[in-house]
Amino acid sequence: MQVKINGKPEEIQSGTVLDLLKAKNIEPQMVAVEVNDKVLERDHLATTHLNEGDQVEFLFYMGGGR
Amino acid sequence: MEFTEEQINRYSRHILLPEVGGKGQKKIAKSRILLVGAGGLGSPAALYLAAAGVGTIGLIDSDVVDLTNLQRQILHHTPDVGRPKVQSGKDKIQALNPDVSVSMYEERLTAGNALKIIGDYDVVIDGVDNFPAKFLINDACFFAEKPLIHGGILRFDGRVATIIPKKSACYRCIFKAPPPPGLVASCQEAGVIGVLAGIIGTIQATEALKLVLGVGRPLTDRLLDFDARKTQFREIKVRRNPNCALCGEHPTITELFDDGDPYAGCAVRPSA
Repeated sequence: MQVKINGKPEEIQSGTVLDLLKAKNIEPQMVAVEVNDKVLERDHLATTHLNEGDQVEFLFYMGGGR
Repeated sequence: MEFTEEQINRYSRHILLPEVGGKGQKKIAKSRILLVGAGGLGSPAALYLAAAGVGTIGLIDSDVVDLTNLQRQILHHTPDVGRPKVQSGKDKIQALNPDVSVSMYEERLTAGNALKIIGDYDVVIDGVDNFPAKFLINDACFFAEKPLIHGGILRFDGRVATIIPKKSACYRCIFKAPPPPGLVASCQEAGVIGVLAGIIGTIQATEALKLVLGVGRPLTDRLLDFDARKTQFREIKVRRNPNCALCGEHPTITELFDDGDPYAGCAVRPSA
């Protein structure tokens, strides 16, 4: 099915947000995940199933400033 | 307060703007803006805010200027190496515009001093380089009810967001807590393209001036991400999180605390 990940359309296997993170090799502690403009609680990553057309944002920490 | 003829000349390009005018320029002259960190982001912000005629600029930084800073921290020049950043910063600000008064805080922002310092300002600009400090600034601005202009830079990526406490999404609405230290690459390891500090820091200064003037639409409930490789901005919509530990419906953070030791953690984006 197709979803948008950080603005780009991508074909992914159906599954949960956690499945998608694993497929992309992203450590869940390193990212905040938004689905359709709403931030997911970390313990909902494994229970939130993605649907066709969902807009997923992986928001990485960006810490620098000096 | 009345402007002198010299001041009217100095600020004429502002005064010409219908959105600013003499009235707006007076708002700028009365404003007090705090820069937490006089480094990469703080440098361009300080210079433009000084040029704009901000009444008082507060500089907090406990560091001295290091040679490795000069690649991006344009507030500091080669002869400043070894000098306290707040002193070096004050000199440049006042050379640029003697109208500006500068308050120096040669210390780190901590849970102990944050509310007292922030309470004296109208707007706070985040120019720090570690997550515990970013969370502390977010929390302190919430408790002090001061608008915060958040910024971050790493490698070729930058991010800006404006946070109006209790009105728009805060940093903890999105990122609940600092990332685990072990998983984070340090700034020194990660590197940053120096000019990115200029891009993000000047957007922060723009946002601060807009708030002072009450002009336009602030960058609230949005993260503005910049990718210098592609020269592309992206806006990510965010919302206040009802489960936010700080500003949600049932907050669990009810007083200021130091959320972890400040370590040199910069970011955790998988290296590109």
